Amino acid sequence: MGKVGIIGVGQSAFVRGFPGSIRELAFEGFKECMKDAQVSVKDIDATVVCSAPEYDKQRSPAGVFAEYLGLTPQPTFYVETLCSSSTTGLKLAYSMIKSGLHDVVMVIGFQKMSEISSAESQERMGRGADIQWESPFGTMMPAYYAMHARAHMATYGTTPEDLALIRVKASTYGQINEKAVYRKAVSADMFTDPQNPMSGPVASPLRVGDCCANADGSSCIIVASEEKAKALSKKPVWILGIGAASAPVNMAGRDLFSGLSAGELAGKQAYKMAGVTPKNINVAEVHDCFTIAEMMAYENLGFAKPGEGRELIRSKATYKEGSIPVNVDGGLLSKGHPIGATGGSQVRTIVLQLRGEAGNMQVKDPQIGLVHNIGGVGLYGNVLIFGR
Amino acid sequence: MATKKEADLRFKKFGTVSFTAITKTNDFVGYLEQGKVMGTKCKGCGLTFFPPRADCYKCLTSDVEWFEVTGKGKLVTYSKLEYGPVGFEADLPYAIALADYGTYKVFGRLSKNIPENEIKVGMEVKTVVNKLPNGQVNYVFEKA
Repeated sequence: MGKVGIIGVGQSAFVRGFPGSIRELAFEGFKECMKDAQVSVKDIDATVVCSAPEYDKQRSPAGVFAEYLGLTPQPTFYVETLCSSSTTGLKLAYSMIKSGLHDVVMVIGFQKMSEISSAESQERMGRGADIQWESPFGTMMPAYYAMHARAHMATYGTTPEDLALIRVKASTYGQINEKAVYRKAVSADMFTDPQNPMSGPVASPLRVGDCCANADGSSCIIVASEEKAKALSKKPVWILGIGAASAPVNMAGRDLFSGLSAGELAGKQAYKMAGVTPKNINVAEVHDCFTIAEMMAYENLGFAKPGEGRELIRSKATYKEGSIPVNVDGGLLSKGHPIGATGGSQVRTIVLQLRGEAGNMQVKDPQIGLVHNIGGVGLYGNVLIFGR
Repeated sequence: MATKKEADLRFKKFGTVSFTAITKTNDFVGYLEQGKVMGTKCKGCGLTFFPPRADCYKCLTSDVEWFEVTGKGKLVTYSKLEYGPVGFEADLPYAIALADYGTYKVFGRLSKNIPENEIKVGMEVKTVVNKLPNGQVNYVFEKA
């Protein structure tokens, strides 16, 4: 069985309040991807549509998108794993091709979070955790990640200042990414200035500046068998490794709080399958829905030992010129986090990096890239490794 | 004439806002109203569950018994919320937390009786039932 390659990537701009319906939002990522791949809809054998449900009035968006994008009568279906939905879709596409069922599969991710109010959206997001036993206490995503931040600080001595440095890095690249929703500069002193919104408390020890913004957005990836990829594309990027894992939904069922075990396990699987180690990764996209999430990802992926993630950000090793550039497109913190579109956007960034087409965000000549995409509070973890 | 059996909706009383009406662990709320926080234990393999479960995935049975959460646990981590989801506005600010009892852990809220400067990861806590102003019932961690 041959390799599986990515032959097209695209995403919409991530924005607050997309002025259109979800099918029109999906078109934005689809358009960029089809122009990138230079294929026709007849070349696409099947589509997988990915998002977190309950934000839309439309049920079963897969069929609606297939019609709007000219992808009927080919098969299509919907998949979700919360914030990691579109990398789960990519894993499915890989399996569909490896099984020989299809040669070319499109993975569309989307979320129109502005369909509902911010408070309603927080309540829905919170329902991605344990609604029977935890939600009655008034839980929210920032508070769950804040509990991990508190554990990381208590275990390793990580400081709020270390977390602020991660947001500062994100903004360095968010300012130059035209797809990002947050494009302003962020400096560390904003976190200590009580007058600055960045320092506002959300869920201790996390502040406004530690949290990514909701956004509307779509992403689109075209995956193909080795034979088709070589026939259709001049520079396919190959999927070298895939890992996926889950963790107990209730915090009470877990043992690790200074990290996310699903991300760690998925990483180990992906490294093994690809036959590489963390030292071989030249550029990475990790799931930084909160600053602490990026810190934990450094350690869970083996870029730093547990407790030493702060050294990476203090020494700027995760900047574009550093030894392991991470989220040099601004990450979720600057791009925004339209849940179902996020993983596809991360994949797009790594594919552009490996092709040498990342523009002013380009890392010098990367050979191997990694995507780390988390669903819920470490409920689902997907890690993918790509090579030229 | 057969009378319609009344549904047991006790779980609607759990927490500030309950998102679950019917569960096989409705007795949990019955115990809370008696002042007890209870978990379950599989009679077959002895596996303990907190939060309580009605079913054992190992033995494939529903033969579980209740046990009371007593003694001291250790505060694993916590977070104080300045914003809450819809329906929780009146409780703000409040802190959610996790306590480790050794063979099981308990997720809940920190009591507002603990002064903020005394909250420390690793401190000893006990789990106690708490009646909410809106008539609902939950449990909180007090200093042990």
